[in-house]
Amino acid sequence: MTHTLVPETSTAGRFGPYGGRYVPETLIAALDDLASLYDSMRGDTGFWDEYHQLLRDFVGRPSPLSEAPRLSALVGVRVLLKREDLNHTGAHKINNTIGQALLARRMGKRRIIAETGAGQHGVATATICARFGLECVVYMGALDVERQALNVYRMQLLGATVVPVESGTRTLKDATNEALRDWVTNVATTHYIIGSVVGPDPYPRMVRDFQSVIGQEARTQVLERVGSLPETVVACVGGGSNAIGIFAAFLPDASVGLVGVEAAGEGIGTSRHSATLTAGRPGVLHGSLSYLLQDGDGQVAPAHSVSAGLDYPGVGPEHSWLRDRGRVEYHAVDDHEALEAFRRFSELEGIIPALETAHAIAWIIKSKGRWSVDAAPVLLCVSGRGDKDVAHVASLLGPST
Amino acid sequence: MPFLTAGFPTIRESKDALQVAAETSDILEVGVPFSDPLADGPTIQRSTYRALENGMTVAGTLELIGSANLNRPVVLFSYLNPVLQYGVDRLLRDAADVGVAGLLLTDLPAGADVALEEIVHCSPLDLIRMVAPTSRKARIAQAVDRAQGFVYLVARLGVTGVSAELATDLGPSIERVRVATSLPIAVGFGISTPTQAIAVARLADGVVVGSALVEVLGRHGVAAAGRFLGGLRAALDSA
Ligand SMILES: Cc1ncc(COP(=O)(O)O)c(C=O)c1O
Repeated sequence: MTHTLVPETSTAGRFGPYGGRYVPETLIAALDDLASLYDSMRGDTGFWDEYHQLLRDFVGRPSPLSEAPRLSALVGVRVLLKREDLNHTGAHKINNTIGQALLARRMGKRRIIAETGAGQHGVATATICARFGLECVVYMGALDVERQALNVYRMQLLGATVVPVESGTRTLKDATNEALRDWVTNVATTHYIIGSVVGPDPYPRMVRDFQSVIGQEARTQVLERVGSLPETVVACVGGGSNAIGIFAAFLPDASVGLVGVEAAGEGIGTSRHSATLTAGRPGVLHGSLSYLLQDGDGQVAPAHSVSAGLDYPGVGPEHSWLRDRGRVEYHAVDDHEALEAFRRFSELEGIIPALETAHAIAWIIKSKGRWSVDAAPVLLCVSGRGDKDVAHVASLLGPST
Repeated sequence: MPFLTAGFPTIRESKDALQVAAETSDILEVGVPFSDPLADGPTIQRSTYRALENGMTVAGTLELIGSANLNRPVVLFSYLNPVLQYGVDRLLRDAADVGVAGLLLTDLPAGADVALEEIVHCSPLDLIRMVAPTSRKARIAQAVDRAQGFVYLVARLGVTGVSAELATDLGPSIERVRVATSLPIAVGFGISTPTQAIAVARLADGVVVGSALVEVLGRHGVAAAGRFLGGLRAALDSA
């Protein structure tokens, strides 16, 4: 497959007012180098050929488009599933880590660091590092180390060093701080593979490009299968990479509704949620200006979600811009609804989804009645599989009856 | 030039520490605590979290500086977000009112937000710029272009924190900044002992001591912090 890059939506590293490069001076040279390398690779067919060959032979792309007959019957509209859960390592994250590992190789950097929440990005990074023979260090909040024990062990099996981060809220935000501290210290030898469309420029646009393979494939698959574009495309939003990855191909299609689903945790009205675009205000965290959960004094508010991959107080800057422009609708689904959807979807479709994905599923179930029976299909990005979450869900829901 | 986190270890002792520090120093650097201090090592992180638990805010930091009557120029160190939320214009006005002389925003490198940088540049406060060991020639020129007061050279790659050895290439790093600006150069990150301070003072115009001081203050209190700074001052004066 040839990679058709989406027309660049940012100007000088900004999406409208959002994005930018708010980092300590020490990192500027590395970001300049990365951006100029990436800009030159954007037009380099050899680079994209290598990327696509790995996606095909190592990841198993293109990922299938599945029908979801019983969920469709439940919500009264045909739902199609873009199966990122079937990728090697079990989530969309690997699309990005392969792209960035190829860049690191071209830069001659042999040490890779990453942050991870659910552990999927950490596993995907450890995987490609093993494949390429690169040293890999993954920072993970100590709380996430506990709730995603399976992924910690997977990373270790893959030869990575997992560093539990005890500072702050002991989750993804703090793991990202620690990864940035490592990068500032070891920038000469190290490439930082950020796991979502967050961080300073060029990360948000670069990660989007690597994830846009999801939407490109899906758009072609839906057109072939159905003969028309979908009515609505739905994805969960943590940092926003699987969402932007599937949305990118549909942004120019004005008839296609785009919906991002955030985590409402214990409720938007409480202080325990991760619904950045629903309840945040613009602010600067981890190198970019974007919506942010924060208090009146500009301190970042601790996020909460049952799903470690959505438990993040920030969001990618392009989403902030899409929100302000009204091109994408953002909704929030709470822990309870997500857990219910996790079980429902498993029973209905024979697919145990990641808890992150379960948020998007819950929104579709809740939105029954929104679509007419003869509407074009709803396309759902199944960002990952739920194996990693089974133990955690069992402890929350108890054994199923 | 001592660095202290506002509100650490307690709000009261923080004020005492600033006053004691003022006795032996030329310029004081006061850090606004932020929940995500990604340029800081463990010592300043801990002081920051403690200060936040003590209820320290941007407004509280300014009040602290105002009430301490320091009679020394104060440079306010902050991450950008607390300043943005407080309001940039409001901060510049209120900081000038309590006698703050300069503002250094850790995560606002030159060119990151030109309009905002211009506002600081044109305010009564000096826009203090950082230069890193990784900054190349053209970048140094850009960084010092609108700089005021002094230029802060980061002594080594990495976050704040004590280190046993000074970077070996410190001399050449300082030289590269010298040729680009006539402003004084202060060096910080990792300086903790009189020997290190003397070595840096031979090459640069200012020596910043942060983590080592915060560590002493946290462990042994205000009087010990005063003695620690007194020792550095004596070493610098006799060198
Ligand atoms: C399966 C899955 N989906 C979604 C996410 C959220 O990330 P993003 O919003 O960047 O897609 C994660 C993050 O760990 C994940 O593992």
